[in-house]
Amino acid sequence: MTKRHAKIYWTGFTVIIALLVIAPLVLPEFWRRFLTEILIWGLLAMSSDLLIGYTGMVSFGHSAFFGLGMYGAAAAILMVKPPNLWLAILYGLAASAAVAMFVAYFSTRLRDIYFAITTLIFSQIFYVIIFTWTEVTGGENGLSFARPALGIPGVYTVPFTSTTLHWFVLAIVAISYLVLRRVTQSPFGMVLQSIRENEARTRAIGYPVERYKMVAVMLSGLFAGLAGVLYAIQNRFAAPDFVYFLISGEVVIFNVMGGIGTLLGPIVGAGFFLGLREGFSRLFPWIATTFDMPYLAEFPYLIPVGIIFILMVIFLPQGLLGFMKQRLNQ
Amino acid sequence: MEIPWDIILIQTVNGLVTGMILALVASGLTLIFGIMDVVNFAHGELFMLGAYMGVVVLTTTGNFWLALVIAVLIVALLGAAMQITTLRPLLGRDPLNTILATFGLSLVLQNYALWQFGPVARKIQEPFTGQFTLFYLQYPWYRIVIAVLSAAIITGLYLFLKYGRYGIWIRATTQDRVMAQAMGIPVPWVHTAVFAIGAGMAAASGVLFGPLVGVNHAMGLDWVLKAFIVVVVGGMGNLGGSIAAAIFISLLEAYASIWVSPSQAIIVSSIVLILTLLFRPTGLFVPTPK
Repeated sequence: MTKRHAKIYWTGFTVIIALLVIAPLVLPEFWRRFLTEILIWGLLAMSSDLLIGYTGMVSFGHSAFFGLGMYGAAAAILMVKPPNLWLAILYGLAASAAVAMFVAYFSTRLRDIYFAITTLIFSQIFYVIIFTWTEVTGGENGLSFARPALGIPGVYTVPFTSTTLHWFVLAIVAISYLVLRRVTQSPFGMVLQSIRENEARTRAIGYPVERYKMVAVMLSGLFAGLAGVLYAIQNRFAAPDFVYFLISGEVVIFNVMGGIGTLLGPIVGAGFFLGLREGFSRLFPWIATTFDMPYLAEFPYLIPVGIIFILMVIFLPQGLLGFMKQRLNQ
Repeated sequence: MEIPWDIILIQTVNGLVTGMILALVASGLTLIFGIMDVVNFAHGELFMLGAYMGVVVLTTTGNFWLALVIAVLIVALLGAAMQITTLRPLLGRDPLNTILATFGLSLVLQNYALWQFGPVARKIQEPFTGQFTLFYLQYPWYRIVIAVLSAAIITGLYLFLKYGRYGIWIRATTQDRVMAQAMGIPVPWVHTAVFAIGAGMAAASGVLFGPLVGVNHAMGLDWVLKAFIVVVVGGMGNLGGSIAAAIFISLLEAYASIWVSPSQAIIVSSIVLILTLLFRPTGLFVPTPK
């Protein structure tokens, strides 16, 4: 990156962060929550981009890390009195790290679709365990809890409002982004990219490829768990639905829509996907009432979203951000 | 601990019946993977749509066998259309793209079924209700018929691939796509045909299995996961291996569900999958590669 590029980059970064800081002050309550949610899903998608975009491994098991982050946070909030925000984050990270270590050990021996299928099956194992172990996890109903307060317990705390929660999430997502960006530019990140480009050659040069992949999966799982913790704190519950593999599928959709291998792309993708979902879920009832077509009222918004996704896989495989980058470079 | 022989025998029969249905689903999946490197995430949805088509035709005509045939034909056509519109443009790209595209398809099809047929499970009436006594159980003949029919369809597929003119085209395309094209085989149409055959087989198993469980829009998800396990354990693209693995895994799950709840039994097959991937990554039922 040249000096001029760096300057443009940091200016853009500051502007976007500033906009996101101001946004909750001007947006109504619903959209404030919506924006916070985009950031959380964006963090999850970004964590998975480390594998998809940088290491060339498509994980279909990120729901396991995300869900375990949620349940870890729930455990800390429900078991430790008084509930402590930082302990919730710590427990959530520990839970997702443990799962990530387990998954990484087995799945990194495999490549391509085998990796994808193995991670999928693993997330499904955790789903079944959480779904059936009712005494501990609350089974199908999940666990609900009160939101912990922001601050240092015993010294100074304030309860979260939707605005401070947004800022808190924004801070964590921004820091995570900078950390992940640094990781991808570090020598470690370079090795990951060389694994993506040519695994056999990387091994021939003498890098222990398996170990690098394992660390990549664990790191990715850790950030996915962090997203899970944030989501649990925002919504005050943990439910098995979030361990189900459809969530992993959505994460992959975010990545493809936004552009893999860009870190920021997945956040854009998450915003695009959630925006489409929100838009279509309002559009069909509107059409139904305006044009008197009542059978359209219940039309599932996921059908047009799915079709747009398929079209993007075929015609825009580099994603929205990748496409913009290409355009700018011309 | 006393070994409950009667329960074990009943579960063996149960396992064989589900195993044959699973083999029918999985052989379509493995055929599609073997010939065009497509991991078909929407396979469970084809199974589900087959079952729904069965419901629709059965309620209009009242004939189960007619419903079976029509459902298979409609879903096969749908499969061909899916292949032409979404998978053909992806030919030659990374197989991971096909996972993504078929995942999108499965979202669309599943939500379509939810919209069209509603969230309440439908029931398919079995064509006959005869039973025979198996220890303390009245075991329905229909389950045995399912297993036999599935076996017949799979045998038919095998014979077609082995001796049929177009079966030989299919095998040639699996072995070497470029060479097959050079010999004058219309490779793109072979791909479409194989996808249609796989879709039809999934639909057949959906209709056959419908009477045993309710038909609902999410029924495909469980099956596609199980079919993935089977296909990987049997060796991707290996038809015989998939069939053996389907029966092996269904038996294991049937035995496991004597002691744990059936929803936990999938953990057993997942462990088999993981062990297979660790020690025999090319599949459990294939000769060790040299």
